[in-house]
Parts: sequence; structure tokens; C-alpha cells
Amino acid sequence: MTMSYSDKVLEHYNNPRNVGSLPKDDVTVGTGLVGAPECGDVMKLQVKVDPETGVIADAKFKTFGCGSAIASSSLATEWLKGKTLDQALEIKNVDIVNELSLPPVKIHCSVLAEDAIKAAIADYKRKQAEAEQGHDNGTAPAGGGTAAAGVR
Amino acid sequence: MNLPIYMDCHATTPVDPRVLEAMLPYFRERFGNAASRNHSFGWQAEEAVEAARKQVAALIGATAREIIFTSGATESDNLAIKGAARMYREKGDHIITVVTEHKAVLDTCKHLQKEGFQVTYLPVGRDGLVDLDQLRDAITPKTTLISVMAANNEIGVVQPIAEIGRIARERGVLFHTDAVQAAGKIPFDVEAMNVDMASLSAHKMYGPKGVGALYVRRKNPRVLLEPIIDGGGHERGMRSGTLNVPGIVGMGKASEIAAAEMAEESVRVAGLRDRLLAGLRGGLDEIYVNGSMEHRLPGNLNVSFAYVEGESLLMGISDVAVSSGSACTSATLEPSYVLRALGVGDELAHSSIRFGLGRFNTEEEVDYVAGKMVQVVTRLREMSPLYELAREKASGRAAT
Repeated sequence: MTMSYSDKVLEHYNNPRNVGSLPKDDVTVGTGLVGAPECGDVMKLQVKVDPETGVIADAKFKTFGCGSAIASSSLATEWLKGKTLDQALEIKNVDIVNELSLPPVKIHCSVLAEDAIKAAIADYKRKQAEAEQGHDNGTAPAGGGTAAAGVR
Repeated sequence: MNLPIYMDCHATTPVDPRVLEAMLPYFRERFGNAASRNHSFGWQAEEAVEAARKQVAALIGATAREIIFTSGATESDNLAIKGAARMYREKGDHIITVVTEHKAVLDTCKHLQKEGFQVTYLPVGRDGLVDLDQLRDAITPKTTLISVMAANNEIGVVQPIAEIGRIARERGVLFHTDAVQAAGKIPFDVEAMNVDMASLSAHKMYGPKGVGALYVRRKNPRVLLEPIIDGGGHERGMRSGTLNVPGIVGMGKASEIAAAEMAEESVRVAGLRDRLLAGLRGGLDEIYVNGSMEHRLPGNLNVSFAYVEGESLLMGISDVAVSSGSACTSATLEPSYVLRALGVGDELAHSSIRFGLGRFNTEEEVDYVAGKMVQVVTRLREMSPLYELAREKASGRAAT
């Protein structure tokens, strides 16, 4: 039941892309931490954004979870690089399901990856808004989302 | 050394070549039905079954007539618990069992609850053992049956069967034990332990799948069971159905080998298990053994590798056959109920791996598995946000 992984899941599991961490206090870095250890899945996904262009320059992940969760987050970081924030928000869990041929019992892994992307971008936007407020004493341009949605 | 390595002996064991040899004639020329009374084919089959019955009985200190052959231990558990509960319903309707029992026992008890029986599910301590005082307190005048497994299939913890047997006998309550994991691995004697019924399985002790047995005491006290399968009245009327002669012959041979080699084998297998644990501890910190190490089957090791999820671990050691208590590996998508019952947190339950060592494992295999585990756990921890958080916390504490 559990061992019927697709080749792509195995590939990402054996050669995960972009494992690691970005400095989470950097204002150009957004961090999303989703899932819960009790449920067997925690994903940390980070994006580093070029504030001038709004393009994601780098993405990193760390995941506690099954092979499909690792593969979903690895794939997500691969897809995020080079995308604008708006493009990144268009990544949907079904895209991940299709790309990795995830079975129904593993769909939640893709949902978690989508949540992690959203949380990371929300965290980046919040930081930017705060930075802008701090520097210009102006109003925040974008709504401040909450990072680490749902963790623990 | 051949790959993949099999280290999942609680799930099943390979058939011992000596067992297979003993079985083969009963698929070929000696194919008779043991219930055929009028020709040599039947007599030959019956003779083989009776010889096997003696071999199985000898393994557990019983007499041959007390052995009922079944299709496996799930059937044996069903027959023992449903059979005794229904047979003695007029005496009482209360059953006592334990939360860490195999599903074959737990689901049978749940079924009986639907028929109106009362069931007490005793908790276990952190070490996986039942508390004998709690057991004593749970017995009521309505209690007819206590069912406690001899050794657990996930954590290998061995319950105090002799003490439970003594309590049950004193209180006049029947005592059934699921001895599937214990029989042939550790000393198990129905007389010395006051066991009234015991479930056995051939394929957990290097015999074939599809055959098991139920020991049913014939005197002091004589145990009667209401059958759950009706038919031709085989097996003293307790289990109708044509006997699986080759399987029974295999179970007999497997029992004979186990009885002869247990003393030596259990020391050797425990040595392998301890070597595995030492290898894991040598290469990794924050690993936790689940359940008592003292009261444990020689071949069992159940370990949680903190910060790493079990299924991803299994993926990393795909040339080693082991099991995990992770939700992702279970049909129910829940982490192991046995580990939960011990008070192991869900996070560590997700991180658990069960190693089941047995007769055919070697030191070379153990060293390979330990090395591979260390390598994979280390790699996955580098990938784990929980490990990173724990390290940050630890260094934060060190800095302040």
C-alpha cells in the first residue's frame, strides 16, 4: 500500500532539491511553517524575493513527513524559483498531485505544500509591509498575512 | 549477504526448509483427507495430523487432545473468546482484556459488546506491562474470561502470564492468551502458567501460513467452547472443516524445531537484537526504545527516531524489510494504538520502526541495517524542520 511510489516521488526523495534554510529574519525572506508533528507532517518552506522585481530568487524547504510530503515540498521549491509572487500563488495542490502522480491517500501532502507556499508569501508580504511602515512611516500596501498558519 | 534483508519476523517468518520438506509429501502422494476412515490415504493423513498435534502440544506443555487446529491465530482468538463467552454466558457476561492486544482480540471483544457483553480494557504502563492490581480489581462475580497476550506483536513486551494465570485460577475465571509471538521464542507452558486457552500460529514460528491452533484445556478446569464454525464436527466439534493436513504437518515440524532449538536460538537472536541497538545508539542520539527492554521477546526492537517520520525512513531503507508505527503505513491512517497506549506521543509514534529479528538473520545483516539506519536517519534529520528547531532551542539554551 505504501510502497507504490511514483518514479518522480522517488526521484525527489532520493535527490531533494533546495533542502535548507534561509535567514528567517531577513526582510526579503518569507517563511511558511505548516502541519503538525502529531499528524506526522511538518513543512517549512522559505522564499527569498527580489523586492525590486517581486520575483522569487531562491526557495528552500525542510520537511518532516513521508516521502510524498518530502517530494511535494521539493517540487514546490523547484517551481517557485523564478516566479513572481502572483504566479507562485497560482500553484495549486492538484498541480503537485498530477506532477508526482500522488495516490488519494497522499493528497494531503500536496495540500500542505500549497499551504506552505501561501504561508511563506504571506510572511514575506507582512515583513515588507512592516519594513515599509518602519522606514516611510506610511501605510502598509498589502494585507499582512500570518505566517506559520496552523503550526502546532 | 543477500538483499533485501528480512527483519520483520513479527509479521511473518520464512518457512524453515526442514518444515517445507516435512510438508511436501502431504501435497503429493499423501494427499488424503484426515477424516476419511475407510482407506489408507485417510489413515495416513490422520496419523500425520495426530503426530503434529503431539508436536504442537509438546511445545507448550499440553496434551495432544487439547490442541484444536484452525486456519490461523485470528480464528483461534475468535474461537477462544467468542466460544467461551457464549458458552459461559449464564455464569456471567464480563470479559477483561488489554488495550494493546492484537486486533483479532480487540475486535472480537467489540463484537461481543454488540451482543451485550461487558468488556474491560485494561491500560498498560509506559513499559507496556499490565498492572496486576488493576487486573485483580477489574474482576467481578460476572467475569468469565480474561484475555491477555503473552507477547506483543509491535513492541515485543512479554506480559506476566504466570501471575495472570494464578490470579485467574484463584478467582475461577478462564484465562486465554494470544501466544502467537511468544510460542517457540520464549518458554511458554500452559500447566506452569495456568493458561486455559492459548492461540498459536504456524507462520510466526517458521511454519506455513494458513494454519494455527487453539489450546483448549481438558481438565482442571475442562473448558467448553461454543463453535463459531458449524459443520462436520471435526476437532472435537469445536472447529468443523477438513483439516489442512500439509499445513498442520508443517506446524508440527515447526513446533518440534522451536522446542529443540529455542534455548540456543533465543540467546543468539537476543544478541543480534542488542547488537542492532548498540549500532543505532553508536551512530545516533535521541532514539527511544518503546516498551520494556527487560520483559521483551529476544527478536524485537521497537525504536522511535525523533524528528524523522517513519514512512520516509522505510523509503530510505528500501532494501531492508521492517515495519513502522507511522500513520502513513497503517490502513487506518492513525499512528500505532499500541505505542499510544504506552503514552508515546504521536510525534514519536510516527517516528517508530519495528525490527523483528529471527532465526535466519546474521551479524552481517544487523551491521548493514544499523549502518543504513544511521545514514538515512542522519540524512532525514538534516531535512527535518523539527530537528532544526530542536537544535536552535538547544543552542539558545546553551547561549543563555
